[in-house]
Amino acid sequence: MMPSTPQDSLLERAPQLLRDLVTSHLPEPWRWFANSLIAMIVILAVFGLLFAALTLVERKVLGRVQNRPGPNRTGPFGLLQPIADGIKMLSKEDIVPRDADHILHFLAPVILLASTVMAFAVIPYGRHLVPVDLDAAVLYFFAVGATTELAVFMAGWSSHNKYSLLAAMRALAQLISYELPLLLSWVPVVMISGTLSTTGIVAAQSAWKWGWVPTWNVFTPWGFAGFAVFMVAALAESNRSPFDLPEAESELIAGHLTEYSGCKYVFFFMAEYFGMTALSGMAVTLFLGGWHAPLPSLEFIPSYAWFGAKLITLLVGFIWIRATFPRLRIDQLTRFAWKFLVPLALINLGTTAFWSLSFGWTGPLQLVRWAVAIVLVVVPFIVMGRRLSSGVAPRTYSYAT
Amino acid sequence: MSLTGDSPLFPSGGAHVRAVNDEFHGDLLEVSMGPHHPSTHGVFRMIVTLDGERIVKLKPVLGYLHRNHEKIGEGTSYLASMPYTDRLDYLNAMTNNWAYALSVERLGGLAVPERAEYLRIILAELSRLQNHVCLAGFLLQDTGASGTPLMYAFRERETILDLFESLSGSRMMCNYQRFGGCRVDASPEWLGQVSTLVDGFGAFLDEFEQLITGNEILMSRTQGIGVLKAADAVAAGITGPLLRAAGVGYDIRKVDGYGLYNRFNFRVPLGAHGDTYDRYMVRILEMRESITILQQALRDIPTGPIMDPKAKLRGFRPKPGESYGRIEGPKGEIGFYLISDGSANPYRYRVRPPSFVNLTVLEDLCLGHTIADSVVILGSIDIVLGEVDR
Amino acid sequence: MLGSGLLQGLAVTAKNFVGSFHDPKRLTTVEYPEKRTVLPEAYRNFPFLVSEKAEDPMGTLRCVACQICEKECPPQCIYIEKSKDKKPDATGKMQIYPAVFLIDSSVCMNCQICVEVCPFDAIKMDQVFEIATQERFHALLLDREQLAKPNSYFHSIRPSEAAEVDGRLAAERKVAEEKAKAAALAKAAAQAKPVAPKTEPAPGAASPKPQNPA
Repeated sequence: MMPSTPQDSLLERAPQLLRDLVTSHLPEPWRWFANSLIAMIVILAVFGLLFAALTLVERKVLGRVQNRPGPNRTGPFGLLQPIADGIKMLSKEDIVPRDADHILHFLAPVILLASTVMAFAVIPYGRHLVPVDLDAAVLYFFAVGATTELAVFMAGWSSHNKYSLLAAMRALAQLISYELPLLLSWVPVVMISGTLSTTGIVAAQSAWKWGWVPTWNVFTPWGFAGFAVFMVAALAESNRSPFDLPEAESELIAGHLTEYSGCKYVFFFMAEYFGMTALSGMAVTLFLGGWHAPLPSLEFIPSYAWFGAKLITLLVGFIWIRATFPRLRIDQLTRFAWKFLVPLALINLGTTAFWSLSFGWTGPLQLVRWAVAIVLVVVPFIVMGRRLSSGVAPRTYSYAT
Repeated sequence: MSLTGDSPLFPSGGAHVRAVNDEFHGDLLEVSMGPHHPSTHGVFRMIVTLDGERIVKLKPVLGYLHRNHEKIGEGTSYLASMPYTDRLDYLNAMTNNWAYALSVERLGGLAVPERAEYLRIILAELSRLQNHVCLAGFLLQDTGASGTPLMYAFRERETILDLFESLSGSRMMCNYQRFGGCRVDASPEWLGQVSTLVDGFGAFLDEFEQLITGNEILMSRTQGIGVLKAADAVAAGITGPLLRAAGVGYDIRKVDGYGLYNRFNFRVPLGAHGDTYDRYMVRILEMRESITILQQALRDIPTGPIMDPKAKLRGFRPKPGESYGRIEGPKGEIGFYLISDGSANPYRYRVRPPSFVNLTVLEDLCLGHTIADSVVILGSIDIVLGEVDR
Repeated sequence: MLGSGLLQGLAVTAKNFVGSFHDPKRLTTVEYPEKRTVLPEAYRNFPFLVSEKAEDPMGTLRCVACQICEKECPPQCIYIEKSKDKKPDATGKMQIYPAVFLIDSSVCMNCQICVEVCPFDAIKMDQVFEIATQERFHALLLDREQLAKPNSYFHSIRPSEAAEVDGRLAAERKVAEEKAKAAALAKAAAQAKPVAPKTEPAPGAASPKPQNPA
């Protein structure tokens, strides 16, 4: 972690001060070890609590959207509901089919959860709060995220169940299809920021134009398109509605999680929410300016609070989308990825290249730059959108005479 | 490799793989969907044969809710069968009652006073509203919309059910129509409540349509799925919104003009493609037409008696003969065929259930689509197992 | 444009979410059992027998064991046995009464036909629905003592219907009383006539004329 500078406020330096309270008396190699351990424990605790809170918030928000209160019996406002759910899940019997591959069956949720948690290591949560400052942080993040797909297939294969295997293959098809738009959407960010390091990308979004407009990537044409593609692909990568076909209840095949019960099922569930959180955190870092405040006058609020606010906004957006949309069929899902998102993401690369090359344009040429970039983003969207939805359209109806 | 064979009496509970003679095609997977399944709208079973993801054969298995309704009808008096008709299509007790009362009135030569006819029309259209809104909610639930449209639909349905409860005493098992009129008169307060509901229903439909109808995901899930051509529909005896979505303008309210429907001004919406989206949209448009019928009925309802003075409550023995009374129920043509032999019980009591007849085309609609589509197609046919199995 | 329908859907959902905090129509849950919905007067559940007086429920049952409801009940869940003796009913007339009156509430389908066909307004529909028991066979078979409830209870659950029934019964009773009085006067006149020749009847004074029922 970077040493704090004297002009940071007390709140800003508070996490480091607390940590130094515990470890400052240790000799050097032990101190580094203890610091890392504390970082791991804090991340697991914070994001574990966030997971619990998120399950409750999801149910309450879904309930309120559906004109009902959501859970409100366990504790005031249902605040103890995650604990009740946890107790219920952990007290269930762990059933493993006799013919299943026991080692793989056990390892699948472990690998899934482990790789999802590993992804939390490179996200900068605050000005001095990045656990590991890698030079190729973004690459590391998505490499670890790809490992989760292997775990999904392990789950389906090891269950020794025809349905689980079919469902796992469908889930894998979905995950692989959406890896490509996911990766292509952040390549423009790296192009413009010039670095794969997450702290560097956040630092590149640290200025304010004209004193009050933040230079976050999402406020540029290519950044907006990249952000949109990233969020759609993140929805699909974490198996959230409208891409939750692998977990659909109204489908015949109960999914690759059929043969899992109790604690292992909790791990899958946790991994889905952790993945959602990690991807949202990465979206905040890449596109929404990381831990920067939106206005210079609001900088007194500590950076980790801003990061948390942006993260929670994105997560509530995920829940909002789940409450509204029906789900896509598997062939529609893959067609959407390959025939719509991938071409758009590739065209976005071209737009970013133009943006990067026209960096020196000033005066009225700035307007030209923006106009050309906006056209390059909007026109392909409309054209490809029309091609994608060519078979479907609202209809008018006649009446019998 | 079939584990238990393919006996029709004891079909296999799970799935088994059967090799096909054609070496090119590989194995077909036969799967049993139901009777316990979150999406089959009741205890209904489909034995589906899949080639990869596509359905190549579909066999519906019925009878899990058979309750001997017609045989019981032969053993009970005409009046005592009325509460049993509530339980046929248990969502639309009011229209079932009306169809049965119509048939018995034809058998017994009873006349219905004007106010009772208007009340019957009001209740039938309210029943149509709550049935179609129920269907819209369930259809969207089947496509995976995680319950939100379903909750909105049921929020409105609750107000209609409360109206039924304050008039007839029960939300769904109303037992309200009698031979020669209605059982209980509606007070002006009740009619005022109906008026309030009707005035607000249009706004609810607008909000519902904004949520769903232009939704690209829903359109791609339902357009082009389960296409039923007009000629096939007529050949299979399909009635109701399913037939009108296929493009055939046959509405018994217009054709027979039973009740006093001839006095009302309403249109019959038609679909052009016959797919699931058309079936869904035809029902939404029918709801709007029901609202206009209700407004006209509330405006024009006269005062007066609600029962035929000649009708007897007990000891009703119609002269020997037969009659067939049919109405345009929300699901299609529901009809009751009665043969009387002069005694207090009918000699033959036969129900023509619209859901059962509409279900016969399920296999043709589903062939070539995937399992996900079959669930949506089943939802759009709008079946209620109480009616299918009686 | 692709996505406009999706955005409109999101707008509707947001409207409902925000509305659920301030608009009661957008949060329609009634949290039972702390709060209950108000049932309409017409709501019906299982039947009960009406007794005129709460102090003597068995003695003042309106039911005269005519067994019409037993015959008309569609699932045949009523079982009645007539009494061997007669008891005076609320108007004083000697009537038979039901010695055994059983309703199997696990069979009863709440159709209300028994209420419609009863000529004596003796059986009416109750509104109690929290009757779950833990014993399967006998607890839901309700006998006479469990079924009898007083007329005051009937007034409390169905005020307008009870008022109409009471008014009608009172009018019928009045008509019956008038007829009984007239019949008694006619009988007394018929008995008094053979004794008449001893005294000279004053015109219109001594001999009682039959009054026309008003």
